[in-house]
Amino acid sequence: MKLLVSLLLTLCVSLAWAGEAASPKLDIGKGGQCVEDTQWMRKNHMHLLKHGRDDALRLGIRDEKHSLKTCIECHASTKDDSVTARADSFCVGCHKYEAVKLDCFECHSGTRKSAWLQQRNAK
Amino acid sequence: MSDMDMDRRNFLKTSVGAAAVAIAPGMLLYSVAQAKSEGASSKVRWGMLIDTNQCKPGCNDCVTACNRENGLSGETKSTDSQWIRKIDIKDISTGREISLPMMCQHCENPPCVDVCPTNASMKRADGIVLVDKHRCIGCRYCMMACPYKARSFVHEALTDQNPDVPRGKGTVESCTLCVHRIDVGGKPACSEACPNKAIVFGDLNDENSEIAQKVRSVASVQVRADLRLNPGVRYQGI
Ligand code: SF4
Ligand code: SF4
Repeated sequence: MKLLVSLLLTLCVSLAWAGEAASPKLDIGKGGQCVEDTQWMRKNHMHLLKHGRDDALRLGIRDEKHSLKTCIECHASTKDDSVTARADSFCVGCHKYEAVKLDCFECHSGTRKSAWLQQRNAK
Repeated sequence: MSDMDMDRRNFLKTSVGAAAVAIAPGMLLYSVAQAKSEGASSKVRWGMLIDTNQCKPGCNDCVTACNRENGLSGETKSTDSQWIRKIDIKDISTGREISLPMMCQHCENPPCVDVCPTNASMKRADGIVLVDKHRCIGCRYCMMACPYKARSFVHEALTDQNPDVPRGKGTVESCTLCVHRIDVGGKPACSEACPNKAIVFGDLNDENSEIAQKVRSVASVQVRADLRLNPGVRYQGI
């Protein structure tokens, strides 16, 4: 029995390691302290965004702390100011790895607002 | 506008910039004081008063400003989005010609909302009529229902949208009254751009606002008032 348990344990640990090794290398942009716990965000960011979008659009309650624009402000790459432009961009990198279709950015801009404004004002 | 409302708007204006504190080189700690706004209030009724006597024929500044603000191409083919148009009209019996901008009239009883099968067309508590593109299926009933031809359908995939103005293929859109500006204490881009101050924006319910004082003292009409949709946009001199 002891042997079985230790065998299982070793298996789990090595699997977890393998998982670590294969996990995507993301460009996290400025990064730093997230507005919520990182692990919690990995699991729940979609719920925040989904409820937030209804409140913001339909009720006009704009929650700056949890808005998509705030995510992008921190996580857009410092190289190209985007969360979607490259394969390792913050949103794209992880969604590709998890094979979850990402359609926010068909309508929403994936560019940091300050950079977008600068570009527009240069035109 | 009441003092309290004014305070709230000023508060919003100053607090929208995310307050960040550097805790180490390259690391930012976002302070918890980031604003969460109270939302649209039914005490407010946003509207515009357009003085056609001040609007110059040939001037297109409001349209250009709208296109720039909302990321529209500025093309006017039948498949291009137009949120605001300049219209020239002539009274045939007198020969009098006038020019005016026409956009979503932000009806109090909007037919676009009545017909929408998905509840995507909606009116905010403060009277702004919007399309919730998360729900819109692109059926375009609202475009047919709108008596002002105010809505457009996005036919092609878009890129490089304004971060404040999400827009996308397969959904219907129209003038949002620049809701993203209003919510941070600003006013619509067209109203700001008009060199002749022909477009007055404000809260019709606040008796001290410029717009409320003006509609009280000068003659103004709603376009197709006979439909009794009670638009929030009114016109002088037509
Ligand atoms: S003008 Fe047209 S789009 Fe705007 S609220 Fe009225 S019916 Fe709806
Ligand atoms: S096109 Fe969209 S907003 Fe218009 S009626 Fe259909 S679902 Fe509603």
